[in-house]
Amino acid sequence: MLRYLLQRFLFAIPTLLGVSVLVFVAIRMVPGNAITAMLGTEAGLLTATQRASLEEYFGLDKSPVEQYFVWLRNVLQGDLGYSVRLGEPVLDLILHRLPVTFELAFLSVVVALLVGIPLGVGSAVRRNSAIDLGGRLFALIGLAAPNFLVATLSIFVLSKYFNFLPNAGNFTRLLDDPILNLKQMLLPALTLGLAFSASVMRTTRSAMLEVLGQDYVRTARAKGLREKVVIVRHTLRNALIPVVTLTGIEISYLLGGAVIIEQIFALPGLGRLTLNAISQRDYALIQGVTLFIAAMVVIINVLVDLGYAAIDPRISYANRS
Amino acid sequence: MKSSKLGVVLAALLLMIGAAQLGPVRAQENNTLIMARAVDATGLDPHAQTAFASLRLTELIYEPLVQVDANLEVVPALAESWEFSEDGLALTFHLRQGVTFHDGSDFTSADVVASFERILDEETGSATRTNLLSITSMDAPDDNTVVLNLSIPDVPLVHALASANASILSADVIANGDPTTDAIGTGPFKLDSWTPEEVTILSANTDWWGDGPHVDGVEIRIIPDESTIMAALRAGEIDFAMIEDPLIATLPTEGSDITINRAPDISYQVLQLRAMDIPADPATPSANDSPLAILEVRQAISCAINRQEIVDVVALGEGRVTGPLTMPAFALPTDQLFCYEQDLDQARALMEQAGYADGFDMTIIAGVDEPPTSLTIAETIQSQLGEININVEIEPLELSVYVDRWLAGDFDAAIARNGGRTDPYTMYSRYWQFGAQFGNVAGYIDETLDSLMKQGQVETDPDARKAIFAEFEAHLAETSPWIWLYTGFLYTGQTSVVSGFVPNPTGSLVSLSQVTLTR
Repeated sequence: MLRYLLQRFLFAIPTLLGVSVLVFVAIRMVPGNAITAMLGTEAGLLTATQRASLEEYFGLDKSPVEQYFVWLRNVLQGDLGYSVRLGEPVLDLILHRLPVTFELAFLSVVVALLVGIPLGVGSAVRRNSAIDLGGRLFALIGLAAPNFLVATLSIFVLSKYFNFLPNAGNFTRLLDDPILNLKQMLLPALTLGLAFSASVMRTTRSAMLEVLGQDYVRTARAKGLREKVVIVRHTLRNALIPVVTLTGIEISYLLGGAVIIEQIFALPGLGRLTLNAISQRDYALIQGVTLFIAAMVVIINVLVDLGYAAIDPRISYANRS
Repeated sequence: MKSSKLGVVLAALLLMIGAAQLGPVRAQENNTLIMARAVDATGLDPHAQTAFASLRLTELIYEPLVQVDANLEVVPALAESWEFSEDGLALTFHLRQGVTFHDGSDFTSADVVASFERILDEETGSATRTNLLSITSMDAPDDNTVVLNLSIPDVPLVHALASANASILSADVIANGDPTTDAIGTGPFKLDSWTPEEVTILSANTDWWGDGPHVDGVEIRIIPDESTIMAALRAGEIDFAMIEDPLIATLPTEGSDITINRAPDISYQVLQLRAMDIPADPATPSANDSPLAILEVRQAISCAINRQEIVDVVALGEGRVTGPLTMPAFALPTDQLFCYEQDLDQARALMEQAGYADGFDMTIIAGVDEPPTSLTIAETIQSQLGEININVEIEPLELSVYVDRWLAGDFDAAIARNGGRTDPYTMYSRYWQFGAQFGNVAGYIDETLDSLMKQGQVETDPDARKAIFAEFEAHLAETSPWIWLYTGFLYTGQTSVVSGFVPNPTGSLVSLSQVTLTR
C-alpha cells in the first residue's frame, strides 16, 4: 500500500513539471503583458526608460528561460513567488481562497450525491415507473439548463420577489459566521450540485441496471435475501464504481474553480483568482495556481483509486511483488 | 440511543442560535456606505495606476491640487487659488492651509514638489508625466506657495493637474516609504484595508479640510456580475453601485427602491480609420495603400454611418451623438459638422469619385469585453457600410491583445472608447500633432491640425482658444480620419437611503464625501 502511494507520488513529479512548463510557455505566448494590462492604452505614453523600469519591476527584463528556472528554484524551496499586481505572496493568496473553493466543491458534491444516487437507484429499480420518468426528466433538465441561467434566474427571483440576496459581495468565511456563510453557499452549491446530480443520477441508473441483470443478484434474491439488502449491499455497492470515477473528475474540475458561479455569486474562490490573474497577466500567480491545482488533481486521482479498493474488495493496492 | 440522537440535534440547534447571535452587526444598520462595483482597482499608487477602476479608489484617498466639478470646471482642491505670470511661463499655486495627511503630518509645498518630481522621474513609470513635461523647474518660496516654471505658456497644464494621477503624496512617504502600498493621502477617506477582488474598507478622515464626510466610512465590495449588483441594490443589501453596462443600467426599476444616476460621459465611442503610417521618429507620415488613405472614402464612410441608429441599437438610446470635442464648453453643435446626418446618396457619390463604387473589404478590430458595447457597435457599422458596398469583417480581440494591436497601429479600423478630458488640448495632444506619441494610432495628421493644436496650447485668451478648437473640430470632422459616434452615460445606482451624491462626467466619486445616509 505504502509502496503504491510512493510510486504514485513519484509519477506525479514529471506530471507537475510538465504542467509547469506548459503553463509557463502558454501564458507567455499569449499577447499582452502586465504593463499593458495595468495601464491599458496609457502604456503607449511611457518612454523607453519608464518602460524598462516597469519591466524590471515586473521581472520581464530577464529571458523566459531564465525566468522559468528562477521560478522553479524558488518553488522547490517552497516559495511560489509574489503576485506583482496584488502585492502578496502567491501561496498566501491561494490559501486564502482555497477554503471557499473547497467548501463550494464539497457542498455541491454532497448535494449531487444526496439527490443523484437515490434518484438513480429509484429509477433503476422501478424502471419505466413514474419515479423513473420523473428522474429522467430531472436529469435531462439538469444537464440541459446552463449554470449561468439557473444562477441568474434564482438571484433575480429571490431579490425581486423576496428581497433576499445573501450573495451581495460581503462574503463571510465559514469560521467567522457559519450561518451567514451557509446562506451564501446555499444558492451556488444548489446550482452546481443539482446540475451535477443529473450526471450522477444517469450514471447510477445505468450502472444499477447493468448490475441488476447479473447472476449474483439473481442468486441473492433466490437465497431469499430481503430486497433492501439485495439493492443496497449487492447491487448499489457494485454500481458505485463509475459514480466514484465521475465524482473524482467533478471534484478536480470544481477545485479548479467554478468560475462562472463564482462570478455571479461574488464568491472569492480560486476560479476568480485565476481568471483575474490571466487577464492581468500576473504570471507568478497563474503559474502558482495551476501548479497547485495540478497537484490537487493528482491527489484526488489517488483518493479515487483508493475509493475503488474500499468499495470493491477485488481491487487491492497491497504489495503485489 | 434515541435520547443521544435528540441530544445531538439540540446541541446543533443551540450552536446555530449561538452563532447567529455572535455574528457581526449587519453593516446596513450603521452609518457606513455599502457600495459595489464589478471591477477592482489594479493597484494603489495614484501616479502609476491609470485604469478607470483604480482612479475611482485613489481619488477618495488622495487629492490633487485642483479638481473638476460636475460642470467640468476646474475648482480648488489642495490649492485654493492659482495664477499664470504675465508671460505665461510661471504658474503659481497658493495652497490650502491646515491640511494634514492621514498619518497626521502637515501638508506643505514640499509635498507638492516631491510629488511632481516623482511623476517626472522616469523610474516611476507614470503615464501622466507626458502632461507635465512643460515644467522645467519648481520653486517653493514658502510652505503654502508653489511656483511651476514652464518652457512654454502651457495653459492646459491646470486641467492636466486636475486628475487623480497628479495627486499629492507625502514627501516623507515618497522618500522613506512605498507609495505602492502606503496609501497616505489628504483625501476625505482613509484606507483601512484592501483585499483585492473582494472588499476595500475606507473610514472617514475626520480631520479632512472640507465639509464632510457625513458617513463613517465606505465599504467597496467587488461583485463581478453587474446583474447581481442590481439584484443586491433591489434587495437593499447594498446602498450604492457603479454600473458600466448600459443594458443593465436601463433595466426597469419600477416598484423598487433604486434610483439610477446618469452623468453624460466625456469619453467617446469612435470608429478609428488609419489613413497613414506615422513612425514615431522621424515623424514622416506616409499615406498607406488602403482605400482609407483617400479622403473621399473616409468622408463616404462618415456620410454612410447613421450615428443615431448606433446609439439606439447599441445603447438603447442612452447616449448622445458627438463630434470630436465632447466637453460642452468647447463642443460645436453636430449640425455644423460635416455629414453628421446619414446621407447615402452623397456617400455613394463620394465612393464613385474615389473609384470605389464597387466597394472594398475592410477589417475592424474590437475589444470583446471592455467596453461591453464595442462588438455591437462593430456589427451595426458592418450593416450600415454594407449599403455602400464596403464589406466589413469584424475581428474580436481580448482586451489586452486589442490594446497591443491598437498601440502598435496594427489595424485598418478599430472601434474604440477613448478617454475624454476637460480640455481639448490635453485630450488630443497625444494624437493630432507631428511627433505625437499616439500619432501612428491616430493614423492621420496634417499641417492644419498640427498648427491648431500648437496655437491652442499657448493661447491664453479663452474666446480665442474656443475659436481655435472650433476650427480644429470642424477640420477633423471634414477630413474624417476617425468617425466620432457617441458619448454614453456613466451610471451609478443608489437606494433611497443615500442622498447628496453628485454624478460627475469624469466618473469621479469624490462627492461621496458629501453623501448622507438615512436608514
